Amino acid sequence: MSSMAVDTAQSRFLCLKEPHAHNGTLLGFWIYLMSDCFIFASLFACYAVLGTSTAGGPTAAQVLDLHGLAINTALLLVSSVTFGFAMLEMARKNKGAVMLWLAVSGLLAAGFVTLEIHEFLGMIADGAGPGRSAFLSSFFTLVGTHGLHVSVGILWLIVLMTQLGKFGLTDANIRRMQCLSMFWHFLDLVWVGVFSFVYLTGVLR
Amino acid sequence: MSNSNDHAAHGHEHGHDEHANHGSLRSYLTGFVLASILTIIPFWLVMGHVFQSHWVTITLVLLLAVVQILVHVVYFLHLDTRSEGGWNMLSFVFTIVLVVIVLGASIWVMYNENANMMPMSPQYQHNE
Repeated sequence: MSSMAVDTAQSRFLCLKEPHAHNGTLLGFWIYLMSDCFIFASLFACYAVLGTSTAGGPTAAQVLDLHGLAINTALLLVSSVTFGFAMLEMARKNKGAVMLWLAVSGLLAAGFVTLEIHEFLGMIADGAGPGRSAFLSSFFTLVGTHGLHVSVGILWLIVLMTQLGKFGLTDANIRRMQCLSMFWHFLDLVWVGVFSFVYLTGVLR
Repeated sequence: MSNSNDHAAHGHEHGHDEHANHGSLRSYLTGFVLASILTIIPFWLVMGHVFQSHWVTITLVLLLAVVQILVHVVYFLHLDTRSEGGWNMLSFVFTIVLVVIVLGASIWVMYNENANMMPMSPQYQHNE
């Protein structure tokens, strides 16, 4: 009994094995996402402070289009769910279905970016470009940074689909899929902040 | 004593399987339905001009956004206290605390800063 107590005490208080995360890559990627949170938090803070400084230019209520926003929000949310379906098919080792759901997610996200670029170009053409006022600078920086993340996510998705096509569902590809899935859901999460804070409450301020 | 040992061993084994957790069809669909509802309500509140007071609408929209972000974290990102031995949750909570400080303090300080600013010259005030 006493020797057992010593054993337990040793394994509890002495590090017999180096402590390590079971999968360093996923934890590391998660911490990257958390640091990305800070980028967005500071841009949200900028928008919160500068959102009403229109310098006599157009206000949020005049330039932001809520109908387009509703379509964009739906595209990104559905894309997040279809990526989840790809992850489920990956667990079943069903490569064809994984590719299909990834393609659907990519196309939905591409639709999102296309609509956003269309919105930006329309605003710039109407004289509401990022140089017009502090409000528009902070708006374009925040929403543009998110759009850039989604674009890079699409690029990553294309590369990953090529890898999957060539090498199949290898351990490395599964790990990459898990990282991209976190990235994809994270961008949808940030978009919740964007459409609520920048658009919906922006037009009311 | 042996009980607690068993438990620890079990916990460890479990931990190894944990990162194979991609959620289930059920969790994604639950997340989708909840997120849709939590998206439609704020759009309806703003576009349907449901409340006269803007501040009531703004507060509700922001509250719904916080709830929806939690829904995303739980049903899409599958964050729980066990994944990666708790480090995911720990770093998430740490980030939330810092984000709240950064956002809250910036808004608070800058709001007061605005109020305390030197009055602008009339020629600029004209543009305001």
